[in-house]
Amino acid sequence: MKIFGALATIFIVAYVLPLGNPKVQAAVQEAFRLLQWYARNHTLACVVPALFIAGAIVTFLSKDSVVRYLGPTANVPLAYAVASVAGCVLAVCSCSVLPMFAGIYSLGAGLGPATAFLYSGPGINVLAIFLSARVLGFEIGAGRFIGAVVFSVVIGLLMALVFRSGERAKAAAAAQMPEPEKPRRSIGKTALFLASMILFLVFSDWYNPGNVVVKTTDGRQFEAVTIHETKDAIRFQLEEDLGENRTGDKVTLRKSDLADVQERKTWVIRLHHIRWYLAGLCALAVFIMAWRWYERDEIREWMHNTWEFAKLLVPLLFGGVFVVGFVSMLLPEKQVAQYVGDNALGSNLVASVIGAFWYFATLTEIPITQALMKLGMHKGPVLALLLAGPALSLPNILVIRKVMGNAKTIVFIALVVVMSTIVGMLFGAIWG
Amino acid sequence: MKKIQILGTGCPKCNKLAENAEAAARELAIEYQLEKVTDINEMMKFGVMVTPALAIDGQVKVTGKVADVGDIKKMLA
Repeated sequence: MKIFGALATIFIVAYVLPLGNPKVQAAVQEAFRLLQWYARNHTLACVVPALFIAGAIVTFLSKDSVVRYLGPTANVPLAYAVASVAGCVLAVCSCSVLPMFAGIYSLGAGLGPATAFLYSGPGINVLAIFLSARVLGFEIGAGRFIGAVVFSVVIGLLMALVFRSGERAKAAAAAQMPEPEKPRRSIGKTALFLASMILFLVFSDWYNPGNVVVKTTDGRQFEAVTIHETKDAIRFQLEEDLGENRTGDKVTLRKSDLADVQERKTWVIRLHHIRWYLAGLCALAVFIMAWRWYERDEIREWMHNTWEFAKLLVPLLFGGVFVVGFVSMLLPEKQVAQYVGDNALGSNLVASVIGAFWYFATLTEIPITQALMKLGMHKGPVLALLLAGPALSLPNILVIRKVMGNAKTIVFIALVVVMSTIVGMLFGAIWG
Repeated sequence: MKKIQILGTGCPKCNKLAENAEAAARELAIEYQLEKVTDINEMMKFGVMVTPALAIDGQVKVTGKVADVGDIKKMLA
């Protein structure tokens, strides 16, 4: 039925699309251009390794071990800590987040850790964090990750504080914990295995910031960051004052006026040059560990889970990129900039409210925010949107309401919106 | 007559588990009734926190993973 709907939609779009309209032509071109950019720059070095990591996490880290820390007898501070990072262990399938939330709330460690988990669960996963860092910029990726961990603890604690008197008796049914399976190897080995894979991703994704020393033909010399290069000109962002231009200004210089552009040998750039050797080393380590420590059937399960993720996420991501590229050309730039173009309170509030209610299919928040940034959205509201976005959406608000009632749901939404707004503003003020 | 219940919100894994359970029951040629539990509060009554889960005659047998046909056959036998 779903497949039929998708096919019918594609058919209707193909049937009625007014290809003669120059605006639509430009939009189609932009859609393919964006898709190509993702395919060339983000797929092999980021999405593919991240899928393997997600598959490995699901296969080799057991969810039961997480649940044990969040059960009825849980140690409370530890429960918060585990809840705030548990999203990583659950990898990318957000469908398991809601039942676990309900379980922690009514059978396990209670309201605080449950809301902490509810907030962090969908937000923290390897793929989303790496892709945000790569596509939207390192600061936003880091802001998203740190924001998600810190927020979840703060929101959990505040929820527990607000409703401290109303903590109801635990449901009669004791949580049925399966007997812990005997681990097949020490946790250290699993951790080292996963760490090597994540390091591979860090290195293969290492970014060249483009710091250069520029000499012009008229004898001036200055430090700058290369923004982009065309056939006969280079655009720089200045790192020191140049003539009437101040630090941070963007200038375009013709190549014929440039005598020399030298890379500055910062450690970041040095690492960039040897990134493939380091990544290769990590990959080799992963292969050796997989070969020595793991059974054949485990490897097969790992590959199977990786493939499941790929089937689930790749169509969403690439379809999302394509649609976003198309739609963003048809949206008038001024309208976006008018609502969220600056770092004012209003802009951040609008971004977090939209994020809280809008449903983002897994990972599609990244091309969407990327398009919005191109249309003039400020970095502050971008982070506000990303912090409020994955954790909440209208459909999941309805389920949450059923589990914990109106009052708690409203407070939870309010906390997410208010905190995203504030953090977005702070972030925008510092990095914008 | 075995009552097989699949607990889950309807994600691909839950569907896979339901498929496996049906295949197992058919291979054993027993009478069965398969029910999908998708309501979150119902799941809590089973005490299940990690989906997908499988219950046979009201007893939770599997949580948090897709058991294969062979394993489910042992549980049904």
